[in-house]
Amino acid sequence: MCQAIVDTVTAHASGRQVRRVTVRIGHLRQVVPDSLSFAWEVLTEGTELAGSELVVEHVPAVVECAACGERTTLDWPVLVCAACGAVDVRLVSGEEFQIASMDVAEEVP
Amino acid sequence: MGRFHRHTDGTVHEHEHPDVRHDVGDHTGYRESGTVRVEVLENLLAENDRVAAANRLDLERAGVRCVNLMSSPGAGKTTLLRRTITALSGTLQLGVLEGDIATSLDADELASLGAPVSLVNTSAGFGGECHLDAVMVRSGLGRLALSDLDLLVVENVGNLVCPAEFDVGEDARAMVYAVTEGEEKPLKYPVMFRAADVIVVNKVDLLPHLDFRMDRFLGHLRDVNPHARVIHASARTGEGVDEWCAWLLHVHGTPTQRG
Ligand SMILES: Nc1nc2c(ncn2[C@@H]2O[C@H](COP(=O)(O)OP(=O)(O)OP(=O)(O)O)[C@@H](O)[C@H]2O)c(=O)[nH]1
Ligand SMILES: [Mg+2]
Ligand SMILES: [Zn+2]
Repeated sequence: MCQAIVDTVTAHASGRQVRRVTVRIGHLRQVVPDSLSFAWEVLTEGTELAGSELVVEHVPAVVECAACGERTTLDWPVLVCAACGAVDVRLVSGEEFQIASMDVAEEVP
Repeated sequence: MGRFHRHTDGTVHEHEHPDVRHDVGDHTGYRESGTVRVEVLENLLAENDRVAAANRLDLERAGVRCVNLMSSPGAGKTTLLRRTITALSGTLQLGVLEGDIATSLDADELASLGAPVSLVNTSAGFGGECHLDAVMVRSGLGRLALSDLDLLVVENVGNLVCPAEFDVGEDARAMVYAVTEGEEKPLKYPVMFRAADVIVVNKVDLLPHLDFRMDRFLGHLRDVNPHARVIHASARTGEGVDEWCAWLLHVHGTPTQRG
């Protein structure tokens, strides 16, 4: 999982010094931020990404209800409307699994 | 705390802080100078999904249907496969792709039952042993004579978390769940339970010895996945294996009476 982040970041960095990587992970993903940060340290050791920081942005699971139109946030992994209890809901967010951005050292002209 | 930040060189960059909680190292409003934020917005599974699509195309061209078989460690995938190979022999030519380095014994046994087995080494890299991804499966496909097969079952690594995140090019996903695992598992591991098209509830032969509340489990399962088909089975006694094989035949597209 973490290797995918390393690979993608390395490709996008194209030689620039990376200071911080921000990943966006939906609530419905089972990624544990702490273990991801730990894996990041281990994986980047000795690479050009060594010393960079991995920031995990947690995206809440939000559903939109077809019955009442409400948008509600879920804690539980059960896809139901928190307003009216209907199960006919559309997932608005919560399945994200992406690299949002990276902070790289500015090139000195 | 402005959304914009002026750098020493005079350039202004936007701070993007969506409405989310920062679990690790909240850095709102903080950034050292001399740093540029580069938007990436790339799905981490994009590369995996590209390779999975290639696998799917190769399998389709060879006329092979593929089932991704997942479970927690020891739920009974290999035992069920042993029964499956025997039960389907003469009906379907099954192939197996094994994602576990520790089971070369299992692989030999499955092969002796009449199914070609491709072993995939998943130990390379940190945490690499926890799932099969599309690239690993691609290397395993290369060692199988696909044109001889009707159906390929990928026995994923025993793990309830990672395998569910990685498409390997399968047509359907099956999960083996053992009744010894407790009723709460669907709520603790919703991603995999939601990903599965069929859930084999295995080791039902042990039910008399457990205080397992099947209705509770099924309720939790329905909460996270109302659509999955449920097959009660015992890979030990053979109960439910017919129904499982009928489902495989259905995935393959072979008409059956039971469907
Ligand atoms: N009582 C009982 N035991 C079973 C059943 N199915 C499997 N077992 C036992 O459970 C243990 C694990 O079975 P395996 O088939 O190796 O499980 P697996 O999912 O392939 O395990 P890994 O590949 O290591 O994740 C073995 O000792 C099996 O004999 C069953 O239906 N009932
Ligand atoms: Mg096994
Ligand atoms: Zn509603």
